[in-house]
Amino acid sequence: MTAPLLVLEGLTKRFGGLTAIDGVSLTLPCGGVTGIIGPNGAGKTTLFSLIAGSERANTGRVLFDGGDVTRLPANARAVRGIGRTFQITQPFAGMSVRENVAVGAYLRHARRNDALARAAEIAERVGLGGRLDAPAASLTVSARKRLEVARALATEPKLLLLDEILAGLNPSEVREFAPVVRALSAQGITVMMIEHVMHAVMNLCAHLYVLAEGRLIAQGPPAEVTRDPLVIESYLGKGAAARLARGGGHG
Amino acid sequence: MRPYLSIVIVALALAALASLAHSNTLANSLVTATIIALAGYGWNLLGGYGGQYSFGHAAFFGAAAYVDAVAQARYGVNAYAAFVLATAAAALVGVVIGYLSFRAGLRGSYFALITLAFAEVMRVLANAAGITGGAAGTLIRLAPSPSHFQFVGRQPYLWIVLVLVTLAMIATRAVERSRFGAYLVAVRENEAAARALGVDALRVKLQAIVISAALTGLAGALYAQYFLFVDASIAFGPWISIEALAAPIVGGLGTVFGPLVGALALDGFGEAAHAVAGRTPGIELALYGALLVLVVAVARDGLQGLAVRFFAARRAGAA
Ligand SMILES: Nc1ncnc2c1ncn2[C@@H]1O[C@H](COP(=O)(O)OP(=O)(O)O)[C@@H](O)[C@H]1O
Ligand SMILES: [Mg+2]
Repeated sequence: MTAPLLVLEGLTKRFGGLTAIDGVSLTLPCGGVTGIIGPNGAGKTTLFSLIAGSERANTGRVLFDGGDVTRLPANARAVRGIGRTFQITQPFAGMSVRENVAVGAYLRHARRNDALARAAEIAERVGLGGRLDAPAASLTVSARKRLEVARALATEPKLLLLDEILAGLNPSEVREFAPVVRALSAQGITVMMIEHVMHAVMNLCAHLYVLAEGRLIAQGPPAEVTRDPLVIESYLGKGAAARLARGGGHG
Repeated sequence: MRPYLSIVIVALALAALASLAHSNTLANSLVTATIIALAGYGWNLLGGYGGQYSFGHAAFFGAAAYVDAVAQARYGVNAYAAFVLATAAAALVGVVIGYLSFRAGLRGSYFALITLAFAEVMRVLANAAGITGGAAGTLIRLAPSPSHFQFVGRQPYLWIVLVLVTLAMIATRAVERSRFGAYLVAVRENEAAARALGVDALRVKLQAIVISAALTGLAGALYAQYFLFVDASIAFGPWISIEALAAPIVGGLGTVFGPLVGALALDGFGEAAHAVAGRTPGIELALYGALLVLVVAVARDGLQGLAVRFFAARRAGAA
């Protein structure tokens, strides 16, 4: 058995009186695409922020690639190999697409020419090749999502956290994205994705975690997890699983 | 070499202007304007590229002006050594102010206010302390010879500032084209996103304020050397904090030529206002205010941006 890439131990994050993440523990092996699903407000984005270091946990530990990164700031975790995208896209609005991606590429390529060349290459890979010199502020929703992925990818992460990159895209755009994610995984990047687009999740992920009210309530292969009564109830409310089983689903 | 070509052209144009400035009044006016441009290059790096708006660049200008004057007048330090010492002192003040405010996570108006407060505290201290000459200020002994970094007439000073302004433009361009520059702009645009990409935002801001302080310090040291006198309100007064930010904002924030264009435009504007309105006290400040409002309202990217758009429109019209 190979060493896990990421281990979370009893992570808890409170915002004032609200416990957004409540004692989450999980072990993520190297490689593959893992999904995180759960209703809105379940704490999925907060979990990513705790892993990437954008937020600090109140208790618990984050172990990554054999080291304890719990106390490291986000930038130091990026150096270790954790890349993330933001659900609410955060482009550097005053910069071009190429410059945006180059900020990520500079992490491993200190020279300008190398970073810019690398940025162009990666933008191409996520389908932004034709928009290299476009100002980031002018991009469509779909292109902004691609830019998020390109920037994170440019840091050459070992673990890539994708936060709802398919939300707000039309079906054909979603179809275009699936091979991009698969290619990343094939290239050896471990991918964790938060997603609501269920058929994409079923398609891409070998393993799913389900988060509800800050807790992990289920995990396993997608087909099993989505039949779990606890999971169905977390989405549809108490008693929904029983009603569905009776064949009604209404009322 | 291409990215620096425009700087070479602008430097040559400045040189032509300088060699035509035979009258003392014109040369004097140009020396002051270009010293302000130099201070503006310092402000532009931190404010224009880094998005950290300081209202207290007088702290760096003044620290350098005082160190330059006091080292010579009190300790008999060689003028050139004093000049280097003065610039280093400004950089040190930059480290201290930067560390205290960025470490505490101050941004936006809080950063502006804390820098203003530092400059004001330094002004009050300089006015009261013995070593600075107190309210009487410090005079550098008149000794017009190149070995004392003093010259007969204004023109030699003008050449010196022009060389320094050219170096500041080159430094600005080099920053633009470096990883540090990309990180600096990234921090300005979105600090959280920058950090997620591995950018150590605190470190980048500290590096920026040190370079910024050193550039503005060069201006302060030169100012002291040119007038051979400093007192608290010259060195640490709000006037230079305002000039240092007005020049890049009017000329073009976060651009290589912005501070120079802005400083020259403001100078010309001020002279014209004097000619029209006479020597009404405070007329410059009122005009600066009006001009800043105008720039922010009609040309957020300053005169340089306005020119770029004008020529782009003409080219589009011609095509
Ligand atoms: N910075 C914050 N400050 C206060 N509350 C927050 C903050 N971030 C998230 N929350 C709250 O934490 C809960 C989980 O949010 P989030 O992680 O964004 O959920 P999800 O991504 O699963 O929709 C929500 O109730 C949200 O309002
Ligand atoms: Mg979310």
